Amino acid sequence: MKATLQKEPRVTPEQTATFVSPEVNIFETKDGYVLEAELPGVNKDGLEITLEGNEVTITGHRHVEALPGETLFRESTDADYRRVFELDPAIDTVNVSARIEQGVLTLTLPKSERVKPRKISVD
Amino acid sequence: MNNLARWQRPEISTWTGFGRLTNLRDEIDRLFEVPLAELTRPSQLLSGWTPAFDVHEDKDNVYVRAELPGMRKEDIDLLLHNGSLSIAGERKSDEKLREAEVYRAERFFGRFQRTVTLPTPVAADRINAQYKDGILSVTLPKAEEAKPKHIDVNVS
Repeated sequence: MKATLQKEPRVTPEQTATFVSPEVNIFETKDGYVLEAELPGVNKDGLEITLEGNEVTITGHRHVEALPGETLFRESTDADYRRVFELDPAIDTVNVSARIEQGVLTLTLPKSERVKPRKISVD
Repeated sequence: MNNLARWQRPEISTWTGFGRLTNLRDEIDRLFEVPLAELTRPSQLLSGWTPAFDVHEDKDNVYVRAELPGMRKEDIDLLLHNGSLSIAGERKSDEKLREAEVYRAERFFGRFQRTVTLPTPVAADRINAQYKDGILSVTLPKAEEAKPKHIDVNVS
Protein backbone atom coordinates (compact mmCIF):
# COMPACT_ATOMS: atom_id res chain seq x y z
CA MET A 1 0.00 0.00 0.00
CA LYS A 2 2.78 2.36 1.00
CA ALA A 3 4.65 1.72 -2.22
CA THR A 4 1.62 2.68 -4.31
CA LEU A 5 1.15 5.92 -2.46
CA GLN A 6 4.79 6.87 -2.85
CA LYS A 7 4.90 6.53 -6.57
CA GLU A 8 1.85 8.70 -7.19
CA PRO A 9 2.96 11.79 -9.04
CA ARG A 10 2.02 15.25 -7.85
CA VAL A 11 -1.22 16.54 -9.30
CA THR A 12 -1.59 20.26 -9.71
CA PRO A 13 -5.04 21.89 -9.40
CA GLU A 14 -5.06 22.76 -13.12
CA GLN A 15 -4.65 19.11 -14.02
CA THR A 16 -7.44 17.96 -11.74
CA ALA A 17 -9.95 20.22 -13.44
CA THR A 18 -9.14 18.96 -16.92
CA PHE A 19 -10.18 15.33 -16.86
CA VAL A 20 -13.17 13.15 -16.20
CA SER A 21 -12.94 9.45 -15.57
CA PRO A 22 -14.70 7.24 -18.14
CA GLU A 23 -16.87 4.29 -17.12
CA VAL A 24 -15.31 0.96 -17.89
CA ASN A 25 -16.07 -2.72 -18.01
CA ILE A 26 -13.24 -5.21 -17.62
CA PHE A 27 -13.47 -8.87 -18.47
CA GLU A 28 -11.04 -11.71 -18.18
CA THR A 29 -11.15 -14.44 -20.78
CA LYS A 30 -8.88 -17.41 -21.12
CA ASP A 31 -6.73 -15.52 -23.63
CA GLY A 32 -6.46 -12.24 -21.79
CA TYR A 33 -8.35 -9.18 -20.68
CA VAL A 34 -10.84 -6.97 -22.49
CA LEU A 35 -11.39 -3.42 -21.30
CA GLU A 36 -14.27 -1.32 -22.63
CA ALA A 37 -14.35 2.41 -21.89
CA GLU A 38 -17.08 4.92 -22.65
CA LEU A 39 -15.62 7.92 -24.43
CA PRO A 40 -18.47 9.68 -26.24
CA GLY A 41 -17.19 12.41 -28.57
CA VAL A 42 -13.76 10.82 -28.95
CA ASN A 43 -12.61 9.42 -32.28
CA LYS A 44 -9.48 7.58 -33.34
CA ASP A 45 -7.45 10.79 -33.62
CA GLY A 46 -8.32 11.99 -30.15
CA LEU A 47 -7.35 8.78 -28.43
CA GLU A 48 -4.03 8.23 -26.71
CA ILE A 49 -3.09 4.98 -25.01
CA THR A 50 0.26 4.70 -23.27
CA LEU A 51 1.79 1.64 -21.70
CA GLU A 52 4.49 2.43 -19.23
CA GLY A 53 5.90 -0.05 -16.80
CA ASN A 54 2.93 -1.91 -15.40
CA GLU A 55 0.42 0.84 -16.12
CA VAL A 56 -1.81 1.69 -19.01
CA THR A 57 -3.13 5.24 -19.34
CA ILE A 58 -6.14 6.02 -21.50
CA THR A 59 -6.58 9.64 -22.54
CA GLY A 60 -9.40 10.78 -24.82
CA HIS A 61 -9.74 14.25 -26.32
CA ARG A 62 -13.23 15.14 -27.46
CA HIS A 63 -13.86 16.32 -30.99
CA VAL A 64 -17.23 17.89 -30.49
CA GLU A 65 -18.27 21.19 -32.01
CA ALA A 66 -20.08 23.61 -29.79
CA LEU A 67 -23.79 23.82 -30.52
CA PRO A 68 -24.94 27.13 -31.98
CA GLY A 69 -27.26 29.54 -30.26
CA GLU A 70 -28.31 29.82 -26.67
CA THR A 71 -27.95 27.01 -24.10
CA LEU A 72 -31.23 25.85 -22.64
CA PHE A 73 -29.90 22.77 -20.90
CA ARG A 74 -26.40 21.41 -20.50
CA GLU A 75 -25.25 18.17 -18.96
CA SER A 76 -22.24 17.24 -21.08
CA THR A 77 -18.75 18.45 -20.28
CA ASP A 78 -15.84 19.61 -22.42
CA ALA A 79 -13.31 17.90 -20.19
CA ASP A 80 -11.12 15.21 -21.69
CA TYR A 81 -11.15 11.69 -20.36
CA ARG A 82 -8.34 10.04 -18.44
CA ARG A 83 -7.97 6.88 -16.44
CA VAL A 84 -5.01 4.78 -15.35
CA PHE A 85 -4.99 1.04 -14.76
CA GLU A 86 -2.41 -1.24 -13.29
CA LEU A 87 -1.65 -4.24 -15.43
CA ASP A 88 -1.40 -7.89 -14.56
CA PRO A 89 2.26 -8.86 -15.11
CA ALA A 90 1.00 -11.75 -17.22
CA ILE A 91 -0.14 -9.37 -19.99
CA ASP A 92 1.85 -9.46 -23.18
CA THR A 93 2.21 -5.69 -23.59
CA VAL A 94 3.61 -5.97 -27.12
CA ASN A 95 0.35 -7.38 -28.47
CA VAL A 96 -2.14 -5.02 -26.87
CA SER A 97 -4.65 -3.76 -29.44
CA ALA A 98 -7.24 -0.99 -29.38
CA ARG A 99 -10.32 -0.13 -31.38
CA ILE A 100 -12.84 2.69 -30.97
CA GLU A 101 -16.34 2.51 -32.31
CA GLN A 102 -19.16 5.00 -31.65
CA GLY A 103 -17.42 6.37 -28.59
CA VAL A 104 -16.58 3.02 -26.98
CA LEU A 105 -12.95 1.96 -26.75
CA THR A 106 -12.20 -1.75 -26.69
CA LEU A 107 -8.74 -2.58 -25.46
CA THR A 108 -7.63 -6.19 -25.89
CA LEU A 109 -4.81 -7.23 -23.58
CA PRO A 110 -3.63 -10.77 -24.33
CA LYS A 111 -1.87 -12.91 -21.76
CA SER A 112 1.61 -13.94 -22.74
CA GLU A 113 1.96 -17.49 -24.01
CA ARG A 114 4.06 -18.43 -21.02
CA VAL A 115 1.17 -18.08 -18.55
CA LYS A 116 -1.59 -19.61 -20.66
CA PRO A 117 -2.79 -23.02 -19.54
CA ARG A 118 -0.98 -25.63 -21.54
CA LYS A 119 -1.33 -29.37 -21.85
CA ILE A 120 1.85 -31.33 -21.72
CA SER A 121 1.89 -34.54 -23.57
CA VAL A 122 3.49 -37.52 -21.95
CA ASP A 123 5.91 -39.42 -24.11
CA MET B 1 -4.33 -10.87 -7.29
CA ASN B 2 -3.78 -7.33 -8.43
CA ASN B 3 -4.78 -7.91 -12.01
CA LEU B 4 -5.78 -4.77 -13.80
CA ALA B 5 -6.76 -3.26 -10.50
CA ARG B 6 -7.57 0.35 -10.97
CA TRP B 7 -5.46 2.87 -9.17
CA GLN B 8 -6.70 6.28 -9.73
CA ARG B 9 -5.94 9.53 -8.04
CA PRO B 10 -9.11 10.46 -6.20
CA GLU B 11 -8.70 14.08 -7.32
CA ILE B 12 -9.42 13.26 -10.94
CA SER B 13 -12.60 11.33 -10.40
CA THR B 14 -15.67 12.61 -12.19
CA TRP B 15 -17.38 15.55 -10.65
CA THR B 16 -21.03 14.86 -11.17
CA GLY B 17 -22.59 17.44 -8.89
CA PHE B 18 -25.08 18.94 -11.29
CA GLY B 19 -25.53 15.71 -13.18
CA ARG B 20 -26.72 14.01 -10.01
CA LEU B 21 -29.13 16.81 -9.30
CA THR B 22 -30.54 16.61 -12.78
CA ASN B 23 -30.93 12.87 -12.47
CA LEU B 24 -32.74 13.30 -9.22
CA ARG B 25 -35.05 15.85 -10.78
CA ASP B 26 -35.78 13.50 -13.65
CA GLU B 27 -36.53 10.72 -11.22
CA ILE B 28 -38.90 12.94 -9.29
CA ASP B 29 -40.60 14.03 -12.52
CA ARG B 30 -40.96 10.41 -13.47
CA LEU B 31 -42.50 9.58 -10.09
CA PHE B 32 -45.43 11.77 -10.96
CA GLU B 33 -45.75 10.65 -14.54
CA VAL B 34 -45.51 6.89 -14.60
CA PRO B 35 -48.22 4.53 -13.42
CA LEU B 36 -47.63 2.97 -10.03
CA ALA B 37 -47.03 -0.45 -11.51
CA GLU B 38 -43.92 0.86 -13.25
CA LEU B 39 -42.46 2.17 -10.04
CA THR B 40 -42.62 -1.11 -8.23
CA ARG B 41 -40.06 -2.44 -10.68
CA PRO B 42 -36.87 -1.41 -8.91
CA SER B 43 -34.69 -1.63 -12.00
CA GLN B 44 -36.29 1.47 -13.51
CA LEU B 45 -35.58 3.73 -10.61
CA LEU B 46 -32.33 2.46 -9.24
CA SER B 47 -30.22 1.27 -12.10
CA GLY B 48 -31.48 3.24 -15.07
CA TRP B 49 -29.28 4.96 -17.57
CA THR B 50 -29.67 8.71 -17.91
CA PRO B 51 -27.52 9.77 -20.84
CA ALA B 52 -26.24 13.34 -20.74
CA PHE B 53 -28.33 15.76 -22.80
CA ASP B 54 -27.62 19.23 -24.16
CA VAL B 55 -30.37 21.45 -25.57
CA HIS B 56 -29.63 24.62 -27.52
CA GLU B 57 -31.77 27.03 -29.49
CA ASP B 58 -31.14 29.72 -32.08
CA LYS B 59 -33.62 31.66 -34.16
CA ASP B 60 -34.17 28.87 -36.72
CA ASN B 61 -33.56 25.60 -34.90
CA VAL B 62 -33.66 23.67 -31.67
CA TYR B 63 -30.65 21.38 -31.15
CA VAL B 64 -30.69 18.31 -28.93
CA ARG B 65 -27.53 16.33 -28.33
CA ALA B 66 -27.28 13.10 -26.34
CA GLU B 67 -24.25 11.05 -25.32
CA LEU B 68 -25.09 7.49 -26.26
CA PRO B 69 -21.80 5.64 -26.65
CA GLY B 70 -21.75 2.15 -28.08
CA MET B 71 -25.22 1.98 -29.62
CA ARG B 72 -26.25 0.62 -32.97
CA LYS B 73 -28.08 3.14 -35.11
CA GLU B 74 -31.09 0.86 -35.43
CA ASP B 75 -31.43 0.56 -31.63
CA ILE B 76 -32.08 4.28 -31.19
CA ASP B 77 -35.72 5.42 -31.26
CA LEU B 78 -36.72 9.04 -31.70
CA LEU B 79 -40.28 10.12 -31.15
CA LEU B 80 -41.81 13.55 -31.42
CA HIS B 81 -45.07 13.83 -29.57
CA ASN B 82 -47.00 16.79 -28.17
CA GLY B 83 -44.07 19.19 -28.29
CA SER B 84 -41.63 16.78 -26.65
CA LEU B 85 -38.82 14.76 -28.11
CA SER B 86 -38.27 11.30 -26.65
CA ILE B 87 -35.02 9.47 -27.18
CA ALA B 88 -35.22 5.82 -26.26
CA GLY B 89 -33.23 2.77 -27.06
CA GLU B 90 -31.52 -0.32 -25.92
CA ARG B 91 -27.83 -0.93 -25.51
CA LYS B 92 -26.83 -4.53 -25.85
CA SER B 93 -23.82 -6.14 -24.27
CA ASP B 94 -21.26 -8.01 -26.32
CA GLU B 95 -22.36 -11.63 -26.81
CA LYS B 96 -18.77 -12.80 -27.02
CA LEU B 97 -18.05 -11.65 -23.48
CA ARG B 98 -21.04 -13.27 -21.85
CA GLU B 99 -18.94 -16.20 -20.67
CA ALA B 100 -16.02 -14.08 -19.48
CA GLU B 101 -15.28 -13.30 -15.89
CA VAL B 102 -16.33 -9.77 -14.98
CA TYR B 103 -13.77 -7.64 -13.14
CA ARG B 104 -15.49 -4.33 -13.36
CA ALA B 105 -18.99 -3.45 -14.56
CA GLU B 106 -19.64 0.27 -14.64
CA ARG B 107 -21.34 0.52 -18.02
CA PHE B 108 -25.11 0.33 -18.27
CA PHE B 109 -26.82 -2.11 -20.58
CA GLY B 110 -30.50 -2.35 -21.30
CA ARG B 111 -33.30 0.04 -22.13
CA PHE B 112 -33.38 3.74 -21.46
CA GLN B 113 -35.64 6.63 -22.27
CA ARG B 114 -35.41 10.37 -21.84
CA THR B 115 -37.80 13.09 -22.90
CA VAL B 116 -37.17 16.78 -23.42
CA THR B 117 -39.88 19.37 -23.77
CA LEU B 118 -39.12 21.53 -26.78
CA PRO B 119 -39.26 25.29 -26.25
CA THR B 120 -41.20 25.95 -29.49
CA PRO B 121 -43.24 23.98 -32.05
CA VAL B 122 -41.00 22.35 -34.68
CA ALA B 123 -41.42 21.26 -38.29
CA ALA B 124 -41.71 17.52 -37.78
CA ASP B 125 -41.00 16.67 -41.42
CA ARG B 126 -37.62 18.43 -41.49
CA ILE B 127 -35.97 16.95 -38.37
CA ASN B 128 -32.45 15.66 -38.95
CA ALA B 129 -30.65 13.16 -36.68
CA GLN B 130 -27.00 12.11 -36.91
CA TYR B 131 -25.11 9.54 -34.85
CA LYS B 132 -21.34 9.95 -34.73
CA ASP B 133 -18.62 8.98 -32.20
CA GLY B 134 -21.31 7.88 -29.77
CA ILE B 135 -23.14 11.20 -29.85
CA LEU B 136 -26.63 11.64 -31.25
CA SER B 137 -27.28 15.12 -32.64
CA VAL B 138 -30.81 16.11 -33.55
CA THR B 139 -31.60 19.35 -35.36
CA LEU B 140 -35.24 20.38 -35.20
CA PRO B 141 -36.16 23.33 -37.43
CA LYS B 142 -38.65 25.62 -35.77
CA ALA B 143 -42.12 25.75 -37.26
CA GLU B 144 -42.71 28.88 -39.33
CA GLU B 145 -45.32 30.19 -36.92
CA ALA B 146 -42.86 29.89 -34.02
CA LYS B 147 -40.17 32.06 -35.60
CA PRO B 148 -39.95 35.71 -34.66
CA LYS B 149 -41.47 37.91 -37.35
CA HIS B 150 -41.29 41.56 -38.13
CA ILE B 151 -44.57 43.17 -38.90
CA ASP B 152 -44.61 46.21 -41.08
CA VAL B 153 -46.66 49.08 -39.88
CA ASN B 154 -48.70 50.71 -42.57
CA VAL B 155 -49.46 54.35 -42.42
CA SER B 156 -52.77 55.33 -43.85
